[in-house]
Amino acid sequence: MAEAHSLPAYAQALGISVHEIEDGAPILTVDFSADVEGRPQHYHGGAIAGLLENAAYAALRAQLVSDGREAKLKPVNITVQYLSAGKPQTSFAKARITRMGRRNANISVEAWQAERSKPIASAIMNILMA
Amino acid sequence: MSNDTPPIQTFDPMKVSKMFMARAHPGWLGLEYSAHGNNWVELKLPWNEKLLGEPDRPVLASGPIVSLLDMASGMSIWCARGTFMPVATLDLRVDYQRPAKECSAVWGRVECYRMTKSAAFVRGTAHDGDPEDTVATMAGVFMTLSADPKAVGRQIKAQAEAQAKAKETGNG
Repeated sequence: MAEAHSLPAYAQALGISVHEIEDGAPILTVDFSADVEGRPQHYHGGAIAGLLENAAYAALRAQLVSDGREAKLKPVNITVQYLSAGKPQTSFAKARITRMGRRNANISVEAWQAERSKPIASAIMNILMA
Repeated sequence: MSNDTPPIQTFDPMKVSKMFMARAHPGWLGLEYSAHGNNWVELKLPWNEKLLGEPDRPVLASGPIVSLLDMASGMSIWCARGTFMPVATLDLRVDYQRPAKECSAVWGRVECYRMTKSAAFVRGTAHDGDPEDTVATMAGVFMTLSADPKAVGRQIKAQAEAQAKAKETGNG
């Protein structure tokens, strides 16, 4: 279980950690700090993308482990929608695998803060499994 | 890139880069100024082991490339406009052609090709040495937030504080 939800160096350096596991997929979290700040007292768009992307990878890794598959992951693309400003609060993100193919996974991700029903950003990501 | 008459350049990305990248997320990434034109900016993301995306290969994660291109996008908008104004990312798409070379810096070059009253349209590429051999391509839309003078004031104040702090650290 621990290995299924271990995060890469980039995620750990940014302060991202696993908040909890929900239906087999991790909810990732990051606290607000200067490391993720863009314009004063707001998350940087890139840091939010980083959180979303890590949640996508984390969900896919967990699925692969659960399926007993081993694969190198290669991102194909990410499309991020910024829905509202990221305030200086703790943020969360969770991904859902929309379609799990043999070679490609299509994944949708949402990030939120205090209220889960009001996402601050969402993303669609395609990841190749080689 | 654009043959339009350049706006009067009150925004100089080379001059402000040190200040913009001294702190916050761009500072954490270690972004550096590389080059700019009338409506484009190129920034450099130096190689850094903390930005690895996988445990077993020295390959840069894709997240920092989004940050690099997002930052270069904002600066290209200020270049095209000729002045600084707060912007917020609305939509950003990045297509990854291939992983960046092992242990290599990555450069992100973005141009602001169109600007309306409240939106700015940008496109760009990331490469690891040869601009023709791209690592990633990008397209995005930003909202300009110039309507809120308080936000501008807060931004200017925060930058002045950051600059004073950087100066202090430099002297210490």
